[in-house]
Amino acid sequence: MTLYILCFILFLVGLYGLLISRNIIKMVISLTIVEVSIFLMLILIGYVSGGIAPVVFDSQVLENKLVVDPLPQTMVLTAIVIALATNSMILTMAIRIYKKYGTFDIHEISKLKG
Amino acid sequence: MKGMSVIVKKTAQLLSAMIFVFGMYIITHGHVLPGGGFSGGVLLASSFIVLILAQGKEYIKLKKQREATSVFESLSALLILLLGISGLFAGSLFLFNNYLPKGQPGELLSAGNIPIYSILIGIKVAATLFTIFLALTIYKEEVSK
Amino acid sequence: MDTETYLIIILVFMIVMAIAAIHARDLLSSVIAQGAIGYGLVLCFLLLKAPDLAIVQIVAETITIIIMVAVLHDSTRFETRFPICRRDIVNYSAAFVLAGVLLYYFVHAIAVLNPFGEHTLRMSEAYVYQAIEATGATNFVKGVLWDFRALDTMGEAAVLFTTAIGVLAILRLKGKKQSNQ
Repeated sequence: MTLYILCFILFLVGLYGLLISRNIIKMVISLTIVEVSIFLMLILIGYVSGGIAPVVFDSQVLENKLVVDPLPQTMVLTAIVIALATNSMILTMAIRIYKKYGTFDIHEISKLKG
Repeated sequence: MKGMSVIVKKTAQLLSAMIFVFGMYIITHGHVLPGGGFSGGVLLASSFIVLILAQGKEYIKLKKQREATSVFESLSALLILLLGISGLFAGSLFLFNNYLPKGQPGELLSAGNIPIYSILIGIKVAATLFTIFLALTIYKEEVSK
Repeated sequence: MDTETYLIIILVFMIVMAIAAIHARDLLSSVIAQGAIGYGLVLCFLLLKAPDLAIVQIVAETITIIIMVAVLHDSTRFETRFPICRRDIVNYSAAFVLAGVLLYYFVHAIAVLNPFGEHTLRMSEAYVYQAIEATGATNFVKGVLWDFRALDTMGEAAVLFTTAIGVLAILRLKGKKQSNQ
């Protein structure tokens, strides 16, 4: 229980950063924190205490053994690579915004209305 | 980016080859050991990125490389789709039928189609990340001109 | 100490680093604090018996930091600071109220989940115990990824393709010259 609540607090810290920050780079970092907390939550739910990792060498190893759930691991494996790609896409948008307006601050950008 | 000193350049050349070989190992052993197409693909991309960061952008022809990586990316996506559709003719499943012989579990040549998919997705991830990095480098060069 | 204690220590470290990343004055130290969060996640994955994810995360985090530092090297490192205005007070209070409400409902909602470490394999039982006969792969994560649930992976490849095209379209400075009729 403690672990789930701590993981959710990490999510809330990311959400707080998204709401209060005015800098685009800080918003990207907050988004990454939210992603990290969600990955960790999925893996925490799928953990079986005393289980072995889902990589074996032989089918006889599996007898009378508990195994960690491989399904959340697969989903998170694809999600990490997608998070990397979307992060780099947001960063390229940020670099174009900096070239046009000369600042990363969103209030300044909405004031300029270029 | 102007490139670094001679020591860094030589070390980066040696290290880049080793990272490349390690990435290939991770990709091809994806179905028997931890690893696979995603992690190996990111490793392959990072081997090129290390080379460019150390040598400076005059080391390779950036625009030509970017066109080549775009071709690799599209081609690997197309091959994944074609391989998936080919399962339609080999059996009853709709897509992604694992129809090649399974072999002995734990050997390198086993698990039917899975190693082929791993290799293709590894090429795809490496090409995508390297394309993004090259686009950023070319943009920087054109802005500073 | 058991796994849970180690995980609690790493998670508290990650929360402290997250707060440091949000409140740092220098954007470069923000990026480094974000790297600390990512490597903490790698340790969590290793403790939770997920070696595949640990390999992917440690490489992906490094590439993210390289791209972020490249972007900062191109632009400014320092965040412009302004005195607190009325809009900021609204933002802060809204953030805290939202966090409190979400935490209250989350504490009530996790009562239906199994406690940590007592997960029961319902649907995944087939993915584990029939994987070797059905797919021939001894890495069950790869078996699920490319045999049982390959369509999801196909969608992931489509997202990667779209991202590359989007980056190339955004970063193109000179459009193609229009042909004169």
